[in-house]
Amino acid sequence: MTKQKKTLNLNFGPQHPAAHGVLRLILELDGELVEKADPHIGLLHRGTEKLIEHKTYTQALPYFDRLDYVAPMNQEHAFALATEKLLNIEVPIRAQYLRVIFCEIGRILSHLLNVTTQALDVGALTPSLWGFEERETLMTFYERASGSRLHANYFRTGGVHQDVPKKLLEDIGGFCEKFPKIIDDLENLLTDNRIFKQRNVEIGVVSKNEAISHSFSGVMLRGSGIAWDLRKSQPYECYQDLDFKIPVGKNGDCYDRYLCRMEEMRESVKIIKQCLKKIPSGPIKNIDNKISPPKKEELKQSMEALIHHFKLFTEGYRVPKGEVYSSVEAPKGEFGVYLISDGSNRPYRCKIRAPGFSHLQAMDHIIKGHMLADVPAVLGSMDIVFGEVDR
Amino acid sequence: MSLEDLNKLINSELTTKIVASDIKNQEILVNVKIENLYSTLLFLKTNENCKFKQLIDILGADYPNSENRFKMYYLLLSHEKNLRVKIMIQFNIEERIPSITKLYPSANWMEREVFDMYGIKFKNHPDMRRILTDYGFNGHPLRKDFPLTGFKEVRYSEKDKKVIYEPVKLEQDYRNFDFESPWEGTNYIKEANKNINNND
Repeated sequence: MTKQKKTLNLNFGPQHPAAHGVLRLILELDGELVEKADPHIGLLHRGTEKLIEHKTYTQALPYFDRLDYVAPMNQEHAFALATEKLLNIEVPIRAQYLRVIFCEIGRILSHLLNVTTQALDVGALTPSLWGFEERETLMTFYERASGSRLHANYFRTGGVHQDVPKKLLEDIGGFCEKFPKIIDDLENLLTDNRIFKQRNVEIGVVSKNEAISHSFSGVMLRGSGIAWDLRKSQPYECYQDLDFKIPVGKNGDCYDRYLCRMEEMRESVKIIKQCLKKIPSGPIKNIDNKISPPKKEELKQSMEALIHHFKLFTEGYRVPKGEVYSSVEAPKGEFGVYLISDGSNRPYRCKIRAPGFSHLQAMDHIIKGHMLADVPAVLGSMDIVFGEVDR
Repeated sequence: MSLEDLNKLINSELTTKIVASDIKNQEILVNVKIENLYSTLLFLKTNENCKFKQLIDILGADYPNSENRFKMYYLLLSHEKNLRVKIMIQFNIEERIPSITKLYPSANWMEREVFDMYGIKFKNHPDMRRILTDYGFNGHPLRKDFPLTGFKEVRYSEKDKKVIYEPVKLEQDYRNFDFESPWEGTNYIKEANKNINNND
């Protein structure tokens, strides 16, 4: 007599603390083994792309903060680069360095959140407390530059919104001095931790070929041993002038991805330090008044500045007809913007390529044959943020 | 290999399959017919000089006034050659697009998203469902004729003790300001600007 096999359907989420947002995961379980995972996404869908089609280019930018909300400025960067490519304008050197500094701060923000919450998912509480303290410091840097901790809206087409206070760069330098110590402390807690290793080593293994065919990017790709980083291979801004390494994993499991993230944070600190040393003084946005709004003090004196200001904040600027794809190495992977302009003041179509979308798609493939308890570990190591997956 | 070489290669190897290909803004865009889409992608994926093994994204675009209403773009990346290419197809609403999930497994959700947003139909897709919109959603939100405010709104009803759907009621009509000025500026200013740009 054959035993009849019965599978159990389990609804994981949408309100589950280990789902890292609003993910509904339908799991088919055979005992504790996962046979199939069907992620239902879109519970945080806000129609960003549709909204952007109805806004001018300046107004569209803040929507990018709200995608991957743990590293807002990296998203803005992709959109700013796309419009700059269409407009064919230059970004002043100082603005480039400022952008790189804040993008790397974003990377640390994101990796700190990811590493520590992943540790939380597998049972370690302390790292998240330590990590969040540092995130708070970094977010005050965001606040001092842009006025808000989270939704910065700091980058502009052709530069950044305004120059940073002098003291801020000094403070960021101070942070860079003491932050590597914090990474060491976190590594002390996790890297050789027996429980952490048991939960992560050999879990969620992704081979090189799988990583490529499932459209992985960022740490998910590098963890599997492919040395690919857009900052190195297709450099944008001033990344070619900076000296940094790309950490690459070996086994493609959750543990290697964790190690990559830790190492990347150290590299980011190195990048920021170099930027602070090299940053020149000068303008922080394109000087073309048809694109960058005039300074406040000019408004009181110059009629022309007043007209420019009025035109830029009502009509906005027009972007020449064309289609471009521009991407940046966001903390989670390749974040891209495909922009179609019809020559008017609004994007005709703005497609957002979110790295997390492809990563989550491979969930079913990766998790098959794992235990139920591995689901949070794999999910955590994928670094999913629903703001960008659902858009 | 540079973009120009790639363009040449595509033009010589796929002469009969492509409609046009050109390089703009340092990006190469290849326009193909639907029936040649699969073979073009297969060529780009397997050819020794291309190796576009990664599908970055698939996206649609809606042009309601044109004869062929929809455009679809396939963005490919080759890690080995460090190149990107964009493949574009244009078609009208009845057309069914061959799914490329066999070639690129990650196309699965991307095609589902295009279907969800534009209502473009696919042939041989293993799991065609909506992906980003709500359960039981009607319509395709990224089409240009779909209003920004949508048709339905949700709220929790105290009376029925559950979440209910109602037609959208706006306290104030959606105001779509048209700030665009028809005034282009006088010619002599444009000429002067052109000269400045040329001097750079």
